[in-house]
Amino acid sequence: MILAWMIIILMAGGLICWLLARWNKEVVKWVALLAVLLDLILACSIWWQHGGVPTSGANAWLIDYKAAWVPTYGISFHMAADGLSLVMLLLTYFLGTLSVLCSWNEVKGRIGFYYFNLLFTLTGISGVFVALDLFLFYFFWEVMLVPMFFLIAIWGDSNRRYAAYKFFIFTQAGGLLMLISILALYFIASAQNGAFSFDYTDLLGTTMQASTARWIMLGFLLAFVIKLPMVPFHNWLPDAHSEAPTAGSLILAGLLLKTGAYGIIRFVLPLFPQVTADVAWWAMLLGVVGIIYGALLAFAQTDIKRLIAYTSVSHMGFVLVGIFAFREMAMQGVVMQMVTHGISTGALFVLAGMLKERLHTRDIGRMGGLWTSMPAMGGVAMLFTMASLGLPFLGNFIAEFLILMGSFGSNVVITVLATLGLVFSALYSLRLLQKVFLGQPSSHISLPDLSMREMLIMASLTIAIVLLGLYPQPVMNLVSPVIKGMEKSVSFEMNNHQSVISIP
Amino acid sequence: MNNLLALIPALPLAGFLILSLTGRHLPKSIIAGIGAGSVSAAALITIFIGMQFLQSPPTGNAYTQTLWQWMQTENFSAGIDLRMDALTLVFVFIITFVGALIHIYSTAFMRHDRDYARFFASMNLFVCSMLLLVMADNLVLMYLGWEGVGLCSFLLIGFWYETPANVAAANKAFYITRIGDTAMAIGLFLLFRELGTLNIPEIMTQAPAHFQPGASNVTWIALLLLAGGMGKSAQLPLQTWLPDAMAGPSPVSALIHAATMVTAGVYLIARMHVVFQLSPVAMAATAAIGAITLFVAGCSAMAQTDIKRILAYSTISQIGYMFLALGVGAWSAGIFHFFTHAFFKALLFLAAGAVIESLHHEHNIFRMGGLKDRMPVVFWTFLAGAAALAALPLISAGFYSKDQILWYAWSAQNGNPMLWLVAIAGALITAFYTTRLMIVVFWGDMKTHIGERPGKAMTIPLMILAVLSIVAGFIEWPHNLVHLSLFSDLVQRYLPETLLQEGHPPEIIFQLVAAAVTLLGVYAGYVLYYKNTSILEQWKASPAMLSLRNFFYKGWGFDDLYDTVFVRPFYFLTRINKSDVFDLLNKGIATTSQRLNEWFSFSQNGSLRWYVVGVLIGIIFVLGLQIWG
Repeated sequence: MILAWMIIILMAGGLICWLLARWNKEVVKWVALLAVLLDLILACSIWWQHGGVPTSGANAWLIDYKAAWVPTYGISFHMAADGLSLVMLLLTYFLGTLSVLCSWNEVKGRIGFYYFNLLFTLTGISGVFVALDLFLFYFFWEVMLVPMFFLIAIWGDSNRRYAAYKFFIFTQAGGLLMLISILALYFIASAQNGAFSFDYTDLLGTTMQASTARWIMLGFLLAFVIKLPMVPFHNWLPDAHSEAPTAGSLILAGLLLKTGAYGIIRFVLPLFPQVTADVAWWAMLLGVVGIIYGALLAFAQTDIKRLIAYTSVSHMGFVLVGIFAFREMAMQGVVMQMVTHGISTGALFVLAGMLKERLHTRDIGRMGGLWTSMPAMGGVAMLFTMASLGLPFLGNFIAEFLILMGSFGSNVVITVLATLGLVFSALYSLRLLQKVFLGQPSSHISLPDLSMREMLIMASLTIAIVLLGLYPQPVMNLVSPVIKGMEKSVSFEMNNHQSVISIP
Repeated sequence: MNNLLALIPALPLAGFLILSLTGRHLPKSIIAGIGAGSVSAAALITIFIGMQFLQSPPTGNAYTQTLWQWMQTENFSAGIDLRMDALTLVFVFIITFVGALIHIYSTAFMRHDRDYARFFASMNLFVCSMLLLVMADNLVLMYLGWEGVGLCSFLLIGFWYETPANVAAANKAFYITRIGDTAMAIGLFLLFRELGTLNIPEIMTQAPAHFQPGASNVTWIALLLLAGGMGKSAQLPLQTWLPDAMAGPSPVSALIHAATMVTAGVYLIARMHVVFQLSPVAMAATAAIGAITLFVAGCSAMAQTDIKRILAYSTISQIGYMFLALGVGAWSAGIFHFFTHAFFKALLFLAAGAVIESLHHEHNIFRMGGLKDRMPVVFWTFLAGAAALAALPLISAGFYSKDQILWYAWSAQNGNPMLWLVAIAGALITAFYTTRLMIVVFWGDMKTHIGERPGKAMTIPLMILAVLSIVAGFIEWPHNLVHLSLFSDLVQRYLPETLLQEGHPPEIIFQLVAAAVTLLGVYAGYVLYYKNTSILEQWKASPAMLSLRNFFYKGWGFDDLYDTVFVRPFYFLTRINKSDVFDLLNKGIATTSQRLNEWFSFSQNGSLRWYVVGVLIGIIFVLGLQIWG
């Protein structure tokens, strides 16, 4: 029930924001903040209750809540959270809180509708992370999309219409494919079980011909890899990220992309274990293409938000490689990457937003030498660019290290190519730093350094990324039963290090 | 004793945290106190632990301390665990002790700088990372330190970030070392796949049983680790970043780019000696790279005019000697050269910094001159350092360490006369360019007016290092002269003994040749730059000599080569695809739909005549199908 409460709180908060805005604009912000904070506390309390006890074996679900919704068609309000969901929920509410905070002064117009959309996007995202009924999942998948469309189209930058439509069409195309796949799976399973059900647990054991399974799986997979995004379906991302308001970019990069990865882990692998293994090689290849291609593109950009957006393409390539390596270690790395990329790239987008507020431009050609007037911001930017290039003692390193070391046992050539991504990430990260903060100050107008509110945002992000880098074990402990559970359905080769393979 | 280990890196870390969080609001005296104090305290603790270590060796010849579990999955675990054995002790001593002297020097050297706190914060973070690198019990933690020192090197090379050239130098250093680091990471993956562990003691014990000597997998691992070491230690072909790295303040060059970080590659190879010993190919590669590097960099040093670039090339060259020693299996000789080199090269950089500061930031040695009598302290200390660099027989520390390497380059198990020949040529070159540096800077006419002279905080560290540059060699004598081998006794608690070949010429001949060559180099420098400078004038007139000089001056053209082969194509590639070729596909779909929409909406124009024509065409089409179909 606590999961349902989380959703309800956000929805109610969103509605209240919209209604209240007529009377008092100041209160709206506080309502929004309160709603997300409340959810953050709820998520923490779940962690507090269940985090210490590693659930073993068969039932990895920490919380399982099910209520009938449309029983005739087997649609139920089934929500459950295991360690993976919980990690993603914690990330959602953490970044959600920050997204409210970083909109505090940036958003001026139609403030009620803005927070309504913001909270509803978060609703959709948290729903996606807990829904276990495929109909419900699809519902939340769409709930996530529409308010985001408005956030970009209304509060975005100069080219916002184009970006919003592009975002909508790409995601919707994927969503429709997924809907077809869900329905196909639903009918096949119903014919086998003799009862209609959209329930994940009922659909899990469905047996199909390999060719059928492949098509259905591809429907799911396409929807998820568009969201991830995977090259060549990534073109919505740079536009959407760069045109969205700061909070929008933060949520897009920090959370929305992760729903794609989550979908693959939660649905594609367990539902279609065999046929997924068949496409693994291709998925890893496209992942590594994404790593290198995204990094090259990032290096070329002159728009700071576009640059960061392309780094996301690169980093999400690691996720794809890690998932399809089918190794426990790589999978641990994938979850870490989802969390740490959310934090580090989110932080970079917030910084880009702060820069834009001060300089009214996203063009890095017109920045430079900003460290002199804003040493605190420079320091924070340094930290997060270092996180982005995978410097140890920051969380991203743990993620990429585990992914690469895990994948190495599964595909040497692809892993070596992916490791080269570490060199390219240094190229674009340092270029960003050099263009924006180092060099000769371009103007002598002194800019205000971080305000207290901004300091609060950056400090919490900093603490999070350093903690994850030095003590990632709690997150790994939460996720490990989930991965072990998957091991049963997908043939993970666990003790891979014992196989002695000669060098290719 | 074990519990004190963590304090050594923790103190500089605390210094970093305090300075980076509150440094901007602190007065300079307190910043200096925290910055230099934390490292000095770490040095005192190290000396204390070191005394204990020497007096009563711990079980297993190592102190260990487990801090916390870093990450653990089903078949992999890494902890934040520290370990101090003989090899680590040597490195930690140099890092903290020389580090402390350099920090004390810096309190005065940087006194006018606006970003005083940022400087000491970065320096402290560097010391902490470097300590973690050498104290790590597993390779992942070592990699943390490894990347951490890279970060600090980047921060400190680009310390004066408002000059774009400094930032470019910092970036270059980071990029090139990252290439090595990436190779090293792949080496770690491979090592883990083979052994299932990255814990150093476990690797040391399991590797000999697991790997066939000379097998391809262990060769790959060793070569990849070597590539990591080549990046950090600026060995060919990854050496081009170090001369540019001189853009940083002089204490940074002394600490990071002479005494400690650039020798991380030496540490790595010595630490993983079991793996290297299993691969003759990798050992030969290490020796060859060292030999080639020491020669190439030595030649470049002869032609430089910037005092710090001369020292930078000489650092590359001296590390080449260390690689050579490791490659031929003279483990303790390599580490011994690291030990003495840290003193004399740090000294040379600090003294050079004092000269540069007094001469209003003049770097060109040909605009210095005549400083012998005007800056006596700097002169005498510089002389001590230069003597050690040139390896003046018997009276300098550099002699004792370099002589060993020269001897082993021929006589050790993997040594051969070719390696010895290159090494002895390098010794000649070293003696020559050191003499040139000394004479041009300190003799002759004064060309630049002296400003502020260095104070006590700068001269005292110089004097301590000068004494060490002379006496540090006395703890390890050549076997045929005096039976005293304190240093090799210590490090051979971890490293294997140096094995000799059968039937090599007697050691004394090598010593005499080495001494003669050194004196010849000094004499050549003396003749060319002091006694008879007209020879040099003649050379300058000859185009062949001039182009050779330019070739050396530009570091054998490596920068131009990389620029053509890598940098320009990369820029070109990224520039032409800035707007993302895949987006054309999407735009194509969008335009196609729009065109189709236009055509179809054109057909629906409300004109009855058009519709009649359309219907007629349809009828004719259907009829046609009936008739001919």
